[in-house]
Formats: sequence, C-alpha cells, structure tokens
Amino acid sequence: MPTKAAVSRLSTLGRWRLPEILFWLAAAASVPLLTEYHLVLTEIAIIALFAVSLDLILGYAGIASLGHTAFFGAGAYAAGLFAIHVTNDPLLGLVAGAVAAAILGFATSFLVLRGADLTRLMVTLGVALVLGEIANKAGKITGGADGLQGVFMAPILGRFEFDLFGHVGYVYCLVVFFVLFVVARRIVVSPFGLSLLAIRDNPLRARAIGIPVNARLTSVYTISAAIAGVAGALLAQTAQFVSIDVLAFHRSADALLMLVIGGTGYLYGGIVGAVAFKVLQEILSVWTPQYWTFWIGAILVAIVLIGRQRIGNGVMGVWARLTGKGGAA
Amino acid sequence: MSAVLETNALVKKFGGITATNSVTFALEKGARHALIGPNGAGKTTFINLLTGVLEPTSGRISLDGKDITNVKAEARVKMGLVRTFQINQLFAGMTPLQALGVAVSERQGHGRDWWRVVGTKASVTDEIVEVAERFRLTDVLEERTGNLAYGKQRLLEIALAFACKPRVLLLDEPAAGVPEAERAELLETIARLPDDVSILLIEHDMDLVFSFAKKITVLVDGTLFADGTVAEISNDPRVRAVYLGEGEHG
Repeated sequence: MPTKAAVSRLSTLGRWRLPEILFWLAAAASVPLLTEYHLVLTEIAIIALFAVSLDLILGYAGIASLGHTAFFGAGAYAAGLFAIHVTNDPLLGLVAGAVAAAILGFATSFLVLRGADLTRLMVTLGVALVLGEIANKAGKITGGADGLQGVFMAPILGRFEFDLFGHVGYVYCLVVFFVLFVVARRIVVSPFGLSLLAIRDNPLRARAIGIPVNARLTSVYTISAAIAGVAGALLAQTAQFVSIDVLAFHRSADALLMLVIGGTGYLYGGIVGAVAFKVLQEILSVWTPQYWTFWIGAILVAIVLIGRQRIGNGVMGVWARLTGKGGAA
Repeated sequence: MSAVLETNALVKKFGGITATNSVTFALEKGARHALIGPNGAGKTTFINLLTGVLEPTSGRISLDGKDITNVKAEARVKMGLVRTFQINQLFAGMTPLQALGVAVSERQGHGRDWWRVVGTKASVTDEIVEVAERFRLTDVLEERTGNLAYGKQRLLEIALAFACKPRVLLLDEPAAGVPEAERAELLETIARLPDDVSILLIEHDMDLVFSFAKKITVLVDGTLFADGTVAEISNDPRVRAVYLGEGEHG
C-alpha cells in the first residue's frame, strides 16, 4: 500500500546520510593528517560542541539565548574545581561539568519559560552576567580575574596522558564531541525531538495535541545546558586552566554567530559555523590583527543580507556541475 | 442518553465584562451538536474554557462525570477532549507525516522517548496510516505543511485533533475559508467521523449546521439563549429575531 510506504519513511529521518559519514571520516582523518593543527582543532571541536548545544534549544525548541555561556562556564569551573578538590580523572570531570551545568540549566529554565523571545534574551543574558560577576568576586574559589590555576589532569582512562602539543587532547575532545553529537542527533529525530519542533512551530497547537510544552522545554534546556557544560569542561581540562573569559558575553554571542553562519535546526550548522568562525578568525587575525572583528562583522552582515540559502544554492550548483549530476538544471 | 461533557453554571469575567454567563450545558455521548450564536456571543470563550486555555471565574466542567475544572489543557487532551481551531494552527515547517507522527506518538505515551527514532513503532505508523487515509492526506504526507492547498490544510487541522483519539471533538468552524471546489471533500470527511466520537460544532454556516447537527445550542451575549433539536431551533422566533437582527451587519 503506498500510504504505508510513505509513512514508513518517517523513520528515515534517523538514517545517516552520505555527506554526514564523509564529514566524520574527514574529522577522524584529521587526527593523523593534521597533527600541526591539533591545538586549533581542539578549540574548534569545543566551540562546535557548544554551538551544537545552543542549536538544540534555538533551532529545535525555538528558545533564543544570549547567555548560553553560563552553562559553558559552569561546566568549565565545575570540571576545574572537581579536578583540584576531588579527583583529576578527566571522564569523571566531564560528568561533574555536565551535572553542574544541568542543575543550573534546570533551575534557570523556569525563568526562561516565562517570557517571549525578548524576555528570554534578557533573562539568559542576565543569568550569564550574574554568574560572570560571581566568578569574578568569589576569587577564593574561582581565582577571580586571574583564573582558576592548578588544574592538572590525570591520564584519560589511566592510560593516555595529555601531551604539550595537544594530540591526546584533540582525540579526547573529538571522541567526546562525536559521542555527544550522536546523542543529540538521536534526540532530534525522536518523538521527543519532533515534539520540540512542533512547539517551535506552534506552541498553541502543540498544547492542543497534548504535548506538555513547559515540561518539554525544561527537559531540552537542561539537556542543552549539560552538553554546553561538557564543552566547558573539555576546555578546562585541555587548557588545564579556567579563565574568567568562559563566562564572557562574547562566548554566547560567538555561538549565535556560528549558528547564523552555519544555519540552525540541523545540528551540523553549529559545526560548519564553528569551523568557518575559527578559520576566519585565524586568517583575519594574521592578515589584520587589530581589525579582524571588523571583518567578521562585515562578513556576518553579508551572510544575513545575501542569505545562506542563496550561498548554499550557489555551492550546490558548482557541486552539481563538478559531478555532472545537475546538468543544465 | 448520558452526557459526556457537562458544564455547570460556568462563568467567565474579563474585568467588568461577562463573556460567559452561567452556562449550564451538556453534550451527549455520540452527539452531533452545534453551538451557534452571533459574533461576540462568547462561543470562542466558551471553547477556551472547555479546553482549559482559560480558567473560569466560577462554575464547573466535567468530562465523563469527572471534574476537570482545574485540569491543565494538555491533560484534558490526554483525557480525550480535543479541539480544532477556526484559524489553522498547524506546524508550518513540518510535513503532515511528521505532525501526525508527533500527535500519535504523544497520544500513545511515547512523547518523551528521546532514544527511539520516530516512526519505528508499528503501533504508531499503523495509526498514522489510518488517520492519513481517513482524512485523504495520503498524497501530501511528505510535503511541507505550509505549501499545502488550503483545503488539505483544513483536513490536516482536523486530522491532528483526530490523531489524539478524541472522545469529545470540538470543531471550530471547520469549513471556514475553504474554497468551493475543496468543500465537498471536507464536509464528507466530517460527516464520516466515527459515531462514538461526540462532536460539538461551532459554526456560522447554517447549511453546514443543519446538515450535520441533530441538536443546536444558541449562545447570545454569553448566555445560553436556546437549546433544542434542529427543528425546534429553526422554528424558534426568538432565534430568528437574533439572527435576522445580526444579519444586517454580518
């Protein structure tokens, strides 16, 4: 029956597509092939994971946040303090970062749920600012403006020691990123994930078909916070230091920029955006060290004005011509 | 016949305005019941009270004899009280297939499953097939909802409610705005809704009311104005007066 065939295609949402597989193979290939770039690739993996966590709430649940770094910072400080005061096992440290950020996410989700977009922007921004100031003032615990020093990590699984060149750190970040990405990817094609899309598209109707809207938003906000917390923890562990910059406003803004560059609502946008953002930053800061933010801004305006769709179509057109698939179309 | 949905002296005040004025109403099991009234009669407020979007100032609502006055909107849906909207409330960015997938998963209690890919449970897909065929959406299942013809969107509007397995279905002007060419399909689908679903139809279109309903309730100024069979209401001079009077300014 044709209807049955169509309906059975609903579950193909979860299927891995060729470009995705190629992307992850390329990421794996960067381990042996791009050894001299491992430090910057580590940074990219961390901010990409952070951007993906933001995409979960922005692209899927429609929650705009200007303070997502609250969770990144909470995860970083939690992992750093955990390593100093409890145990310096990296994986347990990640759990500590995730739990701390999740608790903070759960607690603040109730503030975020109250309002519409503008309120949400202000509340999320406010939470991050408050945390930043607490980290600054609580110098005895956090190291204040000097940052949290003395984070020394034990070898991963007791075997792989972090090295100066960041090779082990990169593999570690990439593996953690991949695992969490697979989880996020599964979430967004699950009934839970689809109910988030429904809420994003039309909360009134979502409620009218029995979706408990607030409970769902609280859940995804908490999950997103936990993932952002892991990203922060990865930074703390690989840098072996927590700068107060982890709670700075620019981190929240950067993550939004990455999603604007890469696109929201398909998870890879965060990765594309993170790569583009970091590569642009590297290139521009070499070319014009003082004015690179000017160019980042200009490029951003261009992207918004021209439209990602059109750029995408252009790329696809070139791709089609190269592969001879598209023909004259 | 016993009532499935009842209100008892239901009142809703907005400041000094009484939008619903002590309405005592009963919807019988398997009913085909129409709620009519001139613009501003408080039909929408009444529906919002029934579905839990608004909280009543006083009075009670019960479903199957259970007091649901303080039950949350989404919980009422799970109890089988479902509505459609006068203006389409769809998920524009999703396909009808995905939207039905959400509704059916939710109804079957899988809405929180985050580890399972949607549509991998046979109980869910079987039900989607059933709803899609009933509402003639099989050809458009994988199109973007925002791109569907208006008549199809209207069918999806009802299909989404139907996917919640309603015991009581509130249809808010289901045919509103549907072009003539697509109207017959829609009305036929509504006429073929299963008998065990009790339906309250909120409607302006008298042709549809008379062809569909067995009983009619008239609401005027938030008050229950008249209540009876189609024949009783259509011959009631007071109802005629209200409608003729209002007819002047549509």
